[in-house]
Parts: sequence; structure tokens; C-alpha cells
Amino acid sequence: MALELAQYKSETRPDWCPGCGDFAVLSSLTRALQVLQLPPWNVLLVSGIGCSSNIPGYLSTYGYHGLHGRAVPVATGAKLANPELTVIVAGGDGDGYGIGVGHFVHAMRRNLDLTYIVMNNEIYGLTTGQASPTSEKEHRTKSTPEGVIENPINPLALAIASGATFVARGFSGDVKTLTDVTVRAIKHKGFALVDVMSPCVTYNKVNTYDWFKKRVYVVDKEGHDPKDIHAAWARAIEWPNLERKRERVPTGVIYEANYPTYEELDPTLARHGPPAKQTKLVVENPDEVLREFY
Amino acid sequence: MKEIAFRVGGAAGDGVASTAETFARLCVRGGLWVHTYSSYQSVIRGGHCWTQVRAGSEPVLSQGEDPDVLIVLNQETADIHVPLVRDGGAIVYDEQLSKLDAHAVNPRVRRVALPMFRTAQDLGESMMKNVVALGASLALLDIPFEPMEKAIREVFGHKKPEIVEMNLKAGHTGYDAIASKGGSLGLGIPIAQGPGRMMMTGNEAMSLGALAGGCRFYAAYPMTPASAILHWMAANGPKHGIMVKQAEDELAVVNMAIGAAHAGARAMCATSGGGFSLMVEALGQAGMTETPLVAVLVQRTGPSTGLPTKTEQGDLNLALGAGQGDWPRAILAPRTASECFTAIVKALNLADVYQTPILVLSDLYLGEGNRTLDRDALDFNVPILRGFVADGNGDGKGYKRYRFTESGISPRAFPGMKGHQFTAATDEHMESGILISDVLAGVPPWVEERRKMMEKRMRKLEGLRSEMSLPELWGPPDADLTIVSWGSTSPTVREAIGRLSAEGHRVNSLEFSDIFPMRGAEIQEIFEPLKTTIMIEANYTGQFARLLRAETGCKADHLFTKYDGEPFWPREIVDRAIQVMKHGA
Repeated sequence: MALELAQYKSETRPDWCPGCGDFAVLSSLTRALQVLQLPPWNVLLVSGIGCSSNIPGYLSTYGYHGLHGRAVPVATGAKLANPELTVIVAGGDGDGYGIGVGHFVHAMRRNLDLTYIVMNNEIYGLTTGQASPTSEKEHRTKSTPEGVIENPINPLALAIASGATFVARGFSGDVKTLTDVTVRAIKHKGFALVDVMSPCVTYNKVNTYDWFKKRVYVVDKEGHDPKDIHAAWARAIEWPNLERKRERVPTGVIYEANYPTYEELDPTLARHGPPAKQTKLVVENPDEVLREFY
Repeated sequence: MKEIAFRVGGAAGDGVASTAETFARLCVRGGLWVHTYSSYQSVIRGGHCWTQVRAGSEPVLSQGEDPDVLIVLNQETADIHVPLVRDGGAIVYDEQLSKLDAHAVNPRVRRVALPMFRTAQDLGESMMKNVVALGASLALLDIPFEPMEKAIREVFGHKKPEIVEMNLKAGHTGYDAIASKGGSLGLGIPIAQGPGRMMMTGNEAMSLGALAGGCRFYAAYPMTPASAILHWMAANGPKHGIMVKQAEDELAVVNMAIGAAHAGARAMCATSGGGFSLMVEALGQAGMTETPLVAVLVQRTGPSTGLPTKTEQGDLNLALGAGQGDWPRAILAPRTASECFTAIVKALNLADVYQTPILVLSDLYLGEGNRTLDRDALDFNVPILRGFVADGNGDGKGYKRYRFTESGISPRAFPGMKGHQFTAATDEHMESGILISDVLAGVPPWVEERRKMMEKRMRKLEGLRSEMSLPELWGPPDADLTIVSWGSTSPTVREAIGRLSAEGHRVNSLEFSDIFPMRGAEIQEIFEPLKTTIMIEANYTGQFARLLRAETGCKADHLFTKYDGEPFWPREIVDRAIQVMKHGA
């Protein structure tokens, strides 16, 4: 019997501001899980802290709503302990590209089979409007009243450089592409980043829906080959970049490659299966283990 | 008891630690009990390091005192250690490596000059100078050469046969040289074919405890003095089904372990104070999401980077206060290597049963020192308690992960179990896991709910309290003086008490190994009849004395703290005890 969309929804109503870009991410993710017919009890959605990190409570899957910046290592541990789970990480740009950026880079170089959805609004929303690691130069915020003087992180370029094997961007104003990209990201074997431009309607008065609508385009429609890493790099640095060109914001699947996942290479999994599923925890031959101490 | 202390000193890179370890292993194989203490520094080459191996015919409780046999591998060792060698002992040195100050040498100590370096060089590898010295030491102590030959074959057997032969020649050269240099010292160490005891460090015993206790996920970031746990686990874990990961930092370490535990694997991590400081927020997270976790803190000298290769018991306050807010935790502090094993087994079970982090504290002294263990000390036939787990027949509605129960323990579900979906949150939540924090905090019914959830979690602290073993009162019950200690200091206290008893003093020892939460009333009953008490611990402020007073109202009369980075030596405790008994201070 096919799983219905309703079976993926929880009874808790999102407390995001009306018009928040995160609603589109929630509906795309819910739809993607249903399209893939993944049983909700076999999905673990891990988040950190921030407006967008409330998302696990709005689905009927298993959820873990952890600490600011630490969603990726929690998800890593859970996936390694039980690779049979579909593990999805979700959170904001502050969570993933700011306080948690170290974990983000290391998770990508491991190429663990995780899907990471970053709701990127280029601002700190829950703390009422400070600059984020993706805020553009000159953006005036509560913490940068004279404008940001740092360069923004380019998540797509960082992901390609760090060894992610699926790199995509979505836009909350284009749910169809976002859903398509999310389905492909979850299906992908390896680390998949979906950077979603998810406007903050309350605190980011620069990068609004209108701002994006004028700039976004879908790379598929321009014949982009995501298997070509050089082409992918060229798309990734279209925006943001040091030259501060901001005419075109690419969306869709930017890069896709097939390399062994971390789980496939792990010696413990190969010999004994998932740590969380082993039932024989007693040591059979302690004297053998102790031989080296004599 | 017949005993000797063997000390070898040189620069980092001279092979001091491996020479001492080989000597210690030969002693254990010869039926002796050993205790090793290594003094080293945070350099890979150079500096001054030395290791003492104390070996006795009965269990030895501490590193002992000054050496009987000293191997000198560089000038600094000669300058520092030569005056310490005891009457009837010997100094083995090489005139090419060091000059002895004739005035500094005790006339009752034999000087054994050996061309260790040249002998080794002539044989083809100057590093073998240690093997020459080791051979000489065996002859001085009446230890036969055969066990050394066996050890050399074990260590080098997988390499070329020439290497084995070279080392055997080096050892024999040293061994045979003693005959013409006065022969054995005649210290009367009873070496025989031993009953087959083991030698291991506290860190290794903890690793074995993790294996025995059903740990299935171990993560760490290298940090002295906890790294040896990672090394043993990495080398052995995967064979036994334990996944072992070195992560990018301790933030990742502890969060990975929590993720693995959330998914259902028994998880553990270990570090020292710096790494533990990074783990602090996540420990509170596990307290809030009610995720089992064992976190080991092998203490070294703080504050901050401090003395990375030196010992201290200075992180008790850190462990007690880790994480914002109140959450239930237990802290275990094993005294011995065998307790390192049992403490980890106990911690893994407590973590699963109480669904909260359990902290285990040791230190460099216990973690890195070698001790002798009987096979019986490590019982692998232990219960594996997984705690209260949901039945797996949920209908997708109504499952309450954080159900209010009398014990505070609620049914756990693991992702993958059909019908028990919930979100574990670090935000305050309802029984179902739904957040209270965002839109309900402060609204009347939810004010009450928050209070009840807090009380539910904290009821687990009462359960944990009942699981804590009481302090052990060792020695005569009607002593004039009681020495109070915790963790790795206790065995040295016992040794000091042995000496005090031999001098006619009545002193006993009150030793804490499960240190939080405390069973206050029962501890009071033990403490109140004590005549005079002195608290001994290796930190500046007397962190345990303060904890004991706060938890039980019991105040030690005197406090003896040490914070120079060195472990307690028995004579220091003897001296302070006598001072207290004679002068009351």
C-alpha cells in the first residue's frame, strides 16, 4: 500500500513567520519522501538550532533537534551506527556555514551517504537579524550597521572543493525544482548538499523573493552537465564571488559524481554490520583478546 | 616483600619508555608485580625523560621511591638521578654518553661503565645501546637471560632474522659484561616462571572494559594522556564489531557518539581536559535528549594546556559542572587498572539504564602507568543492560518518549522502529517530545509541564545515587588518623599507611571511587566516627574536599594538595601524616 503524503506530516504547525521560505522546503521535503516512498520510521531528520532547525518537529519521521552547529556530526554518528536509515540533515546558513562549518567540510570529505538541506537566508533570523556567513558584502544588519566587510561563503564551491559528490541549489520560490532536486539528493549515494535560497521575510530586506526571482535560473535548461566538475565550478562561482557579480543565481543540480561512500569503506560495517543492530555484545574469546598483555 | 626499583633516563627518542616496558614485562613474566611511572615531556626528540619500574614479590601500590638500578643514557640523567640511587644499587652508564660526577655518587653504589653505544654501533644499530644496558641490568638483578631472548624474538621476529641476532648479541654483551664488573648485586629478587599475570595501563584496561561492556561506537580526537585508548580501540575494535572513528575535533567526537547512541549503539568517547571542555555543551545535550553516553576524562595538569605530560586531579569541578542547567549525571573515578575495567562496564550499563551521560575520570598517572593484573581481575562475563526500550508495536500515535514515570526513566525507541517516531530535542519538550520552548513557554499549563519534565529527568539522579558504591574504609577501624582520597591516589595512600603501620601508627584510608552523586547519609555514618581526617588530592583547591562537604556536610580536618604535576610519592604522604599526628597540622 502506497504511503500517502499525509503520513509524512506531523500535527505540529510550523511557527515560522508567514511567507518564510522554509515552508517551501518543508513541503518539498515532505513530497520528496513520499515520492521515494520511504517509510517515515526509517527516516531520521537531524537539525541544529535556528528557525529552520525546527523542521524535524513538522514531519512524522524520527527527528533529532540538537545543538547549534552540531547537526552534521550527530547525523554522522547515527548513519554510521545504522546505515539502513535514511539520514537527512537540515538547518540554516548560520548553523551549517558558520558555527558548524568545520563539521560540514569534514562530512563532505568523508562522502557519507547523508543529505544536507541548508535553508540559506543570508541572515540570522532567530536572533533577530545579524549578519550570517552568507550575508553579502555591504549588507547592513544589526551586527554590521556600516555594512558587512567580509566575503560571503560560497557553499556550492566549498562543497565541490571539499569532496561532496552531489551539489545542488534550490529556491523556495520554485518548489518544483526544489522538490526534484531534493528527490535526487536523497537518492544519491554519498554526501548531497542542497543549498536552498530561502528568504527571510522579516530580517533580510535585500535578498528577497523578488531579488531572487530576477536572478535565478535552472542549470538543466542551459544544458549543464553536472558530471563535468569544471562546468560545475563555473556555475558555482557565478554567485557569490569575489568580483561581486550577482546577475545570475544558478539552481538545480550543479555537480554529481559517483565515488565510494564512507559506509562502503568502513571495516567494522564490512565485518560485523551496523553497530546499532548488533545483538551479540558479549565477548566470546576474552583470553584471545588478553594475549597481548602477557 | 622483596622489591627493586629500576630507572632508565635519557632524551626523548632514546627508547627510554620501550626499554622500561621490556624490563617491566620481563619482571611480570618472572612472577613479579610491577608499577611503572613515566616522566616525559611534550617533545618528540630531546628533552629529559625517565621511567621507573618498581617490581616486587607482592602487589606494588605505587612507583616506590628512589631507584636501585639506574640506566643513564644521557648527561642530564646523570646530573639529575645519579645522586638518588640507593645503597647497594648500581649505575649503568657509558662514558661516551655521560660523565659521572665522582662527588655525587654514593660510595655504596656500584658504577658500571659499559661501552653501550660503541657496542651497539659495532653491531650495526646505535639504538641497541638500550638492549646492552637491559642485558646488564638483568645480570645485576639475577634475572636469567632466556626471557629476554624470548622477548627479543617476539618484538623483532617478524623482521629479518639478522635483526633478531643483532639484538640478542647486544643483550648478551651487556649481560656477560657484569661477570667481570662485580657480578650480581645480590638484591634477592625472586624471579621464577610466573603464574602468568598481565601487564597493562589504565587506558588499556578502560579499552578492555569498553569491549566487555558492549561498546559499539567509539570516537576520539588525539589528546595526551587519553590517546592510548583510541590506539587500542582502533587496532582492536573493528575485529569485535566496535566502530572506531577519529573525528575532526572533540565537538564532532561527542556529537557523533551521541548520534550513534541515539540510533541504538552503546557509545563512548575519551579525552583529556581540553577536549572535555569542548564536549561540555554536548554533554548537556545528551542529558536533555536523554541519550546514553560514556565520556572518559583522563586528567592532566591544567589550567589550559598546562603540563600536557603531567598528572593532576584538577578536572573534577569541570566534570561536575559540565553543561548549562541541571541534568542528571554520575561520575566514576577508578582507583586501579582493574577498576578502570569495571568502571567502564558499569558506566555503559548506567548510561543505557538511566539514559544520560556517565562520566569516568582517571588521570595520566593511572592511564599511562603499567600495572600487573591477575586474569581474575578482568571478568568479561558481565551483564549488558540496555534499559527501558519501547516494545516496537507503536501505531505512530501516542508514543511518549519522555513519559513521566516514577523512576524518571522513559521508554526509548530507536530510529527504524515502526510506529515510535518522535523528535528528540535539546529544547524543553513535552512527554511526546514536542517543543515547549518556542510558542508555549510561560503559558500556564506549560509552566507546570516544564517543572514536571525537569523533575522527571532529575529523578534519575536519585536512581543513579542508589547505584553508587560507598567509599571503602581500608585499614584498622579505630585509627587515630584517616586519610581520605579518591581515584588514582588511593593505592599510594595505602602504601604510605603500610609504612606508617610498620612504625606503630594507627592510620586508615577512606577511598572514593564512585564520586557523584553521593549517598550523603550513609557517608556521614562512615565519616562521623573518624578521629582525625586528612584529605589528599592532586589539585590546588581541594576540589573533592569541597564536593564531599557540599554533598555530605563532612569536612576533612586537614587538606594536603599537590599540583606540581608529579604524582604523590608515598614518603610525602607518610611525612604529612606524621606531621598531622604530631603537630596537628
